[in-house]
Amino acid sequence: MDSHPRGMHDLGGEPAGEIDRAEHQNDFWEQRVDALMRALGTLDPPLVRTDELRRAIEGIGADAYDSMSYYERWIAAITEVLLEKGVISVNELSGKIAEIEKREAE
Amino acid sequence: MSARFAPGDRVRVREWFPPGHIRTPYYVRGKRGEIERICGRFNNPERLAYGRADDPKVLYRVRFAQTEVWGRAERPSDTIDIEIYEHWLEPDK
Repeated sequence: MDSHPRGMHDLGGEPAGEIDRAEHQNDFWEQRVDALMRALGTLDPPLVRTDELRRAIEGIGADAYDSMSYYERWIAAITEVLLEKGVISVNELSGKIAEIEKREAE
Repeated sequence: MSARFAPGDRVRVREWFPPGHIRTPYYVRGKRGEIERICGRFNNPERLAYGRADDPKVLYRVRFAQTEVWGRAERPSDTIDIEIYEHWLEPDK
């Protein structure tokens, strides 16, 4: 069994440290990511399905996966799926990021 | 819905390690259990993950003894239920 690849997310039965059971508030941007995912999922056909989100999260790469927070993984995965489908382009995305960075700097 | 298995049937999870998006937990592959119920027919998440809603499969709730899954259990009667798609199951001979 151990010679077979195991997904980095597939941790059932493995030691994975303490679970933080404390209640915590999500930041506003995290709420927006959640809302965005729900909106993309309600279209027919959905632009991003839960299964596609999960698959993209699993493809982030172990180092990034471990260093990202929950909603950072979500937005990275949503971006990946939307780029794959041509819903947004790399140009549009980088243009928008530059625009926001400029606005934030002012 | 033509289901290959019925409640009470003994099954074994395929010891199978394909690439891609999989919803059968690693820890239960190769383990033996019993069909607890038929949950219905749903699109295969292994295909949905790549944007294809074209592959309906029967989903079962399968009951395993904790001792079978982990080799030990707090109480010998403890069980774990996992929902598994038909193509991951074979009859337990």
